[in-house]
Amino acid sequence: MASSDGSARPASGRPRAAGRALYGGLPEPGPPGFAPRLLEFADELRGEGLAVGTSELLDAFQVLGELSWSSEEDFREALAATLAKSQEDRRVYELVFDRFFFRAVEREAVERGLREERFGEGDRLPFDLDDLRERIREAVRAGSDGEMRDLARLAIAAFGRQGEGSGVIGVDVQRIRRSLELRGEAAGRDLPDPDSVPQDRLREFERHLRRELERALIERTQSLPPAKPLREFDRALPSGPLQDLAAVHRVVAQLKRRLATRGHQQGGRRRSQAVDVRRTMRASLETGGVPMRLRFRPRRPRRPELYVLCDVSTSVTSASVFFLSVLHALHDSFRKLRSFVFVERISEVTDVFERERSFAAISRAIATDAGVADVSGYTDYGRVWLEFLTEVVDDLDPRSTVIVLGDARTNGREPHAQAFAQVSEHAGRTFWLNPEPRLYWNYGDSVIAAYEPYCDGVFECWTTKQLEVFVNALAGGRGVPAVAR
Amino acid sequence: MPDPAESIEAMRDGLEAVGYLAGESTALVSFLATKLGKPVLVEGPAGVGKTELAKALSRATGRKLIRKQLLRIQAEAADAGWEAVQEDIFGQEFLLTRPLLQAIAEQDPVVLLIDEIDKTDQEFEAMLLEVLSDFQISIPELGVIEAKSRPLVLLTSNNSRELTEALKRRCLYLWLDYPDVERELEIVRLHAPELSETVARKLVEVVHMIRGLDLKKPPSIAESIDWARALLMLGADDIDSSVFERTMSIIVKHRTDLDVVAERVGVKLDDGLLGRLGTTG
Repeated sequence: MASSDGSARPASGRPRAAGRALYGGLPEPGPPGFAPRLLEFADELRGEGLAVGTSELLDAFQVLGELSWSSEEDFREALAATLAKSQEDRRVYELVFDRFFFRAVEREAVERGLREERFGEGDRLPFDLDDLRERIREAVRAGSDGEMRDLARLAIAAFGRQGEGSGVIGVDVQRIRRSLELRGEAAGRDLPDPDSVPQDRLREFERHLRRELERALIERTQSLPPAKPLREFDRALPSGPLQDLAAVHRVVAQLKRRLATRGHQQGGRRRSQAVDVRRTMRASLETGGVPMRLRFRPRRPRRPELYVLCDVSTSVTSASVFFLSVLHALHDSFRKLRSFVFVERISEVTDVFERERSFAAISRAIATDAGVADVSGYTDYGRVWLEFLTEVVDDLDPRSTVIVLGDARTNGREPHAQAFAQVSEHAGRTFWLNPEPRLYWNYGDSVIAAYEPYCDGVFECWTTKQLEVFVNALAGGRGVPAVAR
Repeated sequence: MPDPAESIEAMRDGLEAVGYLAGESTALVSFLATKLGKPVLVEGPAGVGKTELAKALSRATGRKLIRKQLLRIQAEAADAGWEAVQEDIFGQEFLLTRPLLQAIAEQDPVVLLIDEIDKTDQEFEAMLLEVLSDFQISIPELGVIEAKSRPLVLLTSNNSRELTEALKRRCLYLWLDYPDVERELEIVRLHAPELSETVARKLVEVVHMIRGLDLKKPPSIAESIDWARALLMLGADDIDSSVFERTMSIIVKHRTDLDVVAERVGVKLDDGLLGRLGTTG
C-alpha cells in the first residue's frame, strides 16, 4: 500500500524516505476534492457515535457556501452548528475535528516533503532552562493557545531528547512535564501551592506537547499512524450528567408507547362508545331531522395513569440513582403520573419532578427536602402500603398502573401484604421492579414472595437492559407476562 | 447600518448596536440562520441570554418578534375535557391569533421565539416539525396554511430533556455558555457605562466565582447587570464585604444559596484574594 500510493502523487522532488516502508507510510488517499474530505470527516464523527445524517451533511455544505473560509474558527463553528447537536456531541466534535485536520495537515506535509525548522541536538537554546520553566508556567497560567504551543516546542527541544524518546508518546509527555516541574493544583485547598497551575490548563499544555511530539514522529517516520479512537476519559463532559440518563429516557419512551397502545386495545368495544349528540343531529339534517344514523364520539386512546413508588433507602442506594433516572424519564413522557418516594414513610414527589427539570436538581431536592421521614434509614414496606392506601386508593381505578421500585426488604417488620393486595385490587395493573438479582430474593429480610401473588409481574431490574425486558414483557399481552404469577 | 444578513461582522455589529454582545459562534450562527432561513436550537444554562438573543435579533434585523411561551397547553386542554375545547380550537379566528400561525401568516418576515421547547411534550415537537422544515401548518379542517414569509425561528432549551432527533436535524445548533470574564465585563460596561472599570471588573470576578460554587441557581448575566446598576445607585466605589452582604440578594436568590455564598465569598472579599481566584473561573 505504501509504495503504490506514492506514484499517484505529484513528485515532491525529494528522495523517498527509507522509513516509509518501514513504518507503514501513508494510508491510501481518497478521491480528490473537498466534498470527499467532508464526507470522510462525517464518517469519523459517526465512528465516534454522532448521528450525522444526510440532511446534516447537506446543511453543512450549505453553510460552508456562505462563509469565506478565511477563518478556521468560523469554519469550525459553522460545521459544528450543523453536525454536532448537543453539548456532548459538541465535545466529541471538537476532538474529532482536531484529530482529523491535524492528520490531514500532517499528511499533506509529508506528501509535499515539507519540513520544519527545529532546534537540533547541538543547537544552543536561546535561554536557560530555569528561564524556560518559568516562562512555560506563566504561559500555562495565562492560557494563551499560541504561546503554549510555541513553548511546547521549545520544551521538547530542551527536554525531549529528540530521536531517542521512549517511543511511547504518553510516556514522553509525562517525562517532559516532570522535567518542567509542572504540577496541577490540588483540588479543595483554599491556598494553592504557588508553583502549581490550574489542572485544565495543564491538560491543555500536555495536549500541545503530545501534538508536537506526534508531529515530529510523523515527520521522522514519513508515515501516518492509524487514527486512535477517542478515549472515554476525553469525551466525557466534565461533571457531565448521568451517562445512563439518555438510555433510560429511550427505554421509557418505548414504555410509553406500549402502555398507550395497550389501553387502546382494552377500551375498544364498539357498543360501549358514547353517542355524539351534536354530530348525530347535524347528520340528521340529511334525513329531514330524523336521526337515522348515530354518530359516535371518536375513540381516543386513554392516557395511561401511572403511580410509581420508589424506594430510596440505604439498602438500595446504588440502585436509587437508576430508579430516580427512571422516574425522571417517566415524568418526561407521562403527564398523568404521580410519583412517590419512601423509606419508613411515603412522600409524594410529583411536584418536585414537575418543578425541576434537571436531574441533578431533582436528586438534590429529593435528598434534602422531599419530606421523607427517614429516621432510621430502614424501609418499612408495611407502613408504606397502609399510608399509600389511605392517601391515594380513592384515585386508583382499573386504568391505572402501579409500579413499585424496591428491594422488598422490610428489615423484619410486618409486610402488610393484605394492604398491598388492596392496592393491587384497586389498580388495573401492578408491577414490581426489584433491583436485586433474583438469587437473593426471599433470603434474609426480603419478602418479595409475600407481594408477588398480587403483582401482574415482578422483574429483576437494575440496568437499562433489564428495563427493556420489562417494557417488552409489558407488551407481551394480557398483562400477565411469562415471568410472573 | 449595514444589513446584518450580509456578513458575520455586520451581524455582530448589528447585535452590538442593539445592546447584545455576541460571541464568535453566536454571531456566526445568527448570520447563517438569517441567510439560510434555518431554525436555530439554542441550548445553555438558565440566564445566559438565550431569550435575549431572539429579542436582539428582532431589533437588529428590524423584524417583529413573536414569542411563544410553552406552558403545557395540551395539559390544560385535557383537563377541560377534549369535547369542550375542540370547538374552540378549530375555529380559524382562534388559530390565527396563536403565535405559530401568526408567525407564518405575517407578510413581513418575523423572528419567532419558541421558548423552553424542552418543557413541552413530544407531540408538540412533532407538530413543530412541519413548521420548521416546510414553514406551513396543516389543519385538517382548514387545509394547509403556508407561510407568506420565512420566519427566523429560535428554539430555546435548558437541556432538561433529550429533544427528538427529528427536531434537532432541522435546526442549526448553538450552545450558549456563560461568557468569560472579559466578555462579561464588556457586557456589564455596555449596560452600566458609569460604573468604574475596577468595580466592574471586581463585580464580574465575584459573579464568576459564585458561578463556580454548586448553587441551585447561579447568577445570570442579567443579574450581573442588575447588580452593577444597583451598585451605581448606591454610589459604591468598591465591593467590600459589607457592600456585598447588603446587595448579594440581587444575584443570589435562594435561601440556601445565600448561606453558601455568604460563607464562601463574603470572607474572601477583604483578603485581597479575589484577583487570582477570579481569573481561574
